Amino acid sequence: MSKETMHKLVSTAAPLPIENIDTDQIIPARFLKATTREGFGDNLFRDWRYTTDNTPKADFVLNNPIYAGAKILVAGKNFGMGSSREHAAWAIHDYGFKVVISSFFADIFRNNALNNFVLPAQVSDEFLAEIFKAIEADSQTQITVDLVNQEIVLENGLKESFAINAYKKQCLMNGYDDIDYLLSLSSEVKKFDLAHTNF
Amino acid sequence: MNQPTTLFDKIWDAHVVKAMNDGPDAVFIDRHFIHEVTSPQAFDGLRKRGIGVFNIARTTATADHNVPTKDQHLPIKEALSRHQVETLRKNCTDFGIELYDLGHPFQGIVHIIGPELGLTLPGMTIVCGDSHTSTHGALGNVAFGIGTSEVEQVLATQCILQYKPKRMRININGQLGKGVTSKDIILYVIAQISASGATGYFVEYAGDTIRGLSMEARMTICNMSIEMGARGGLIAPDETTFEYIRGRRFAPQGEAFDQAVERWRELKTDDGAEFDMELNYRAEDIGPMITYGTNPGMGIAVDSHVPNLSEIPQSELASYTKSLAYMGLEPGMELIGKPVDYVFIGSCTNARIEDLRTVAEFVKGKTKAEGVEVWIVPGSVQVSNQAKAEGLDRVFIDAGFELREPGCSACLGMNEDKVPAGKYCISTSNRNFEGRQGQGARTFLASPIMAAAAAVTGKVTDVRELV
Ligand code: SF4
Repeated sequence: MSKETMHKLVSTAAPLPIENIDTDQIIPARFLKATTREGFGDNLFRDWRYTTDNTPKADFVLNNPIYAGAKILVAGKNFGMGSSREHAAWAIHDYGFKVVISSFFADIFRNNALNNFVLPAQVSDEFLAEIFKAIEADSQTQITVDLVNQEIVLENGLKESFAINAYKKQCLMNGYDDIDYLLSLSSEVKKFDLAHTNF
Repeated sequence: MNQPTTLFDKIWDAHVVKAMNDGPDAVFIDRHFIHEVTSPQAFDGLRKRGIGVFNIARTTATADHNVPTKDQHLPIKEALSRHQVETLRKNCTDFGIELYDLGHPFQGIVHIIGPELGLTLPGMTIVCGDSHTSTHGALGNVAFGIGTSEVEQVLATQCILQYKPKRMRININGQLGKGVTSKDIILYVIAQISASGATGYFVEYAGDTIRGLSMEARMTICNMSIEMGARGGLIAPDETTFEYIRGRRFAPQGEAFDQAVERWRELKTDDGAEFDMELNYRAEDIGPMITYGTNPGMGIAVDSHVPNLSEIPQSELASYTKSLAYMGLEPGMELIGKPVDYVFIGSCTNARIEDLRTVAEFVKGKTKAEGVEVWIVPGSVQVSNQAKAEGLDRVFIDAGFELREPGCSACLGMNEDKVPAGKYCISTSNRNFEGRQGQGARTFLASPIMAAAAAVTGKVTDVRELV
């Protein structure tokens, strides 16, 4: 994978004010047959985006040209529940989103997103409502996601900080990945390997 | 004396290779299961880095998600599915990993074959690129689902970098009523705490009701831990666990087994150990459950009704209305009597031999209702063979059910087995998401015996009226 990094992003956002969006909606199972990581963006939210005969559904947010180019997806509470399929994070990344903002994320999705340089930024329910309001008032409103200072700032000056673990923050800022670190532990791991054989 | 500790902490802590200050733990993984869907990109990653698998003896592969459940001896018809299974074959050959391929006597759904083969044992850390890895926790281990980048991590290093979840204990005590099973327990708990109620937690299930359950029934409960957001679920091992493991193919044998049991007896939560959250439920309060919506938290007792709009919090109204529209249901309606088109008895939740026995016992001498399609999909080749050896296949065929070959089948709408758009399916699987069983398919989750009851009546039925 190319080494991506993230510091500060200023972008418009696509709003998806639905709660409990599960990974089967983000990428339906029938698209999991690929053996590479590329090309999943076309099928992001496939069944919400297209009818069964592949006509785009005009009322779905990603088909609305006013949100074209948005690098931030803003979604309702409990985003990414369900399956462990990393294809969901690949689809979001491949489509062009760098940040997902929600008031709650499912665990496995959060890890998968971070492993693919998509920042899951968790904010309060109240601030999430403010973001939806700001986008509704002006679809072109610019949202600033500042990873360094762990802060989301709206054009009207409202802001809220978000939490991220220091290690994961460093990974995103520097383009590190976990395998490099784990490989450096391999002599200790070998000891564990020998010790954990007899159950 | 040591601080009283939870079973989860004991197992986790014993596997931490290195803890990072204010960061994740590097956790050693004893057993890694892989399958065709979430592994190809991980193997690609290894090739790009020019490294091999850390310890092939700790990795086991099978083909389950993307396989047909008919004519498995023939080449897979659908080109992309065939390619994915062939890619798994090639990767396992290239990297030296044991593969239980189609046609192998050990093939089956990954979470069914692990325990069945004695690969899943108490005290282990277990991962798989599949969220229902939580199933294995029923044998008293720490098992959880991971993404493909993490599959690559584990293949490369036998470790995973992971934050330690918080601890939750769910106690179930009391006597289960007639027609009420472990599937109803877990659907009830999820309905109580919602589909995100346990996010961030690892759950231990305890209480005398849980103790009284068979190993298979415990697996059903741990399986659906992820459906309330939990990272995993586990149950302290006891005599039921040890008897289940005794004699299994890859389990310790003879004296080694006895010694292992001595160690496994230590695997329990100390008295006074603290949980971040503790919940208590009474078995008597649980009836046969069914879901009406599009997440597993949307479940009700079958003799109850779909919630009225006034019972739904304001913030959830939009999702609720969307969900009911998808399902073609009305607020406040009863589900009993609602006609079903398909019955799916299968998946890693409920396709073990005990599930098939329960269904067979119930349908013996009965036949399926007209117009209903009933699929029984055993969880593994071993389950399938056992069912045939016990004559269950005859019961199913006489009842007009279709007995298929092992795989995930209609659980996930990926392989050939799909429920058509708009049709209702009562399913023993674990997810009722929009399109989960096929585009536009409408899923009612329930226990095997509730599904069997619907198969013979053709509609949603309170199984208590038939047993
Ligand atoms: S049976 Fe369903 S839930 Fe279980 S592993 Fe297969 S697809 Fe996943």
